[in-house]
Amino acid sequence: MEAKVFVKIEYMTNLQAIIDELPYTAPFLFVDELVRVDADGAEGHFTFLPQLDFYKGHFKENPVTPGVILTECCAQIGVVCLGIYLIKAGASDKKLQMGMSSSQMEFLKPVLPNEKVRVVSKKIYYRFQKLKCEVKMYDSKGGLVCKGEIAGMITTDLDG
Amino acid sequence: MTKEEKYQKLKDIIKIYLPEDVNIIDVKEDSNFISELNINSANLVDIVLDVEDAFDIRLENEDMDEMQTVANALRIIETKLSEK
Repeated sequence: MEAKVFVKIEYMTNLQAIIDELPYTAPFLFVDELVRVDADGAEGHFTFLPQLDFYKGHFKENPVTPGVILTECCAQIGVVCLGIYLIKAGASDKKLQMGMSSSQMEFLKPVLPNEKVRVVSKKIYYRFQKLKCEVKMYDSKGGLVCKGEIAGMITTDLDG
Repeated sequence: MTKEEKYQKLKDIIKIYLPEDVNIIDVKEDSNFISELNINSANLVDIVLDVEDAFDIRLENEDMDEMQTVANALRIIETKLSEK
């Protein structure tokens, strides 16, 4: 029993270490918490607080989370966090460089301020430093907000 | 499969990933994927994955590093097919 608890705590520490590795910070960090990252995918949460700057302009007096921000949130949790896990699994201490290379998203429901969303990603492939994932975002009621495919190139400094 | 057939099959794959400003008739054997055909490294990965499926072969990281031109790709395909 004790060993099991220890494993769980270690796992949570590792998940926090992934968040600490992220190259983003406020106001462009869209990951609050990771609940699972393994070789097949990642899952995490983010709460869109009403004071986020873009709500002032999207839209005038009618704050709705922009689709590009939902895409970014899906990419940070679903692709970048998974990428960090996959590269670290290859035991690399090198600094990571990454860039989104493509995204194809469908938006099904608006996300209003104060919503806590959950992002779930599933790896399609990770080869030759390209990571492509299927991503889905759910609202706090479990409704599907958006879904699609996002790919990015993840390299380390020395890979050139 | 003749060399010509392989070349055609490869060109059919490349065509999907060409940017709008590059025409398939501009693709020559000595064309460099990145500097001449304006294919980015992310799309080059997709070309490799499609090549793997189309020819039923598997490329390694070294093959990817070598794959600068269309001729390089053809040679890699030939080598992999002959190893099968």
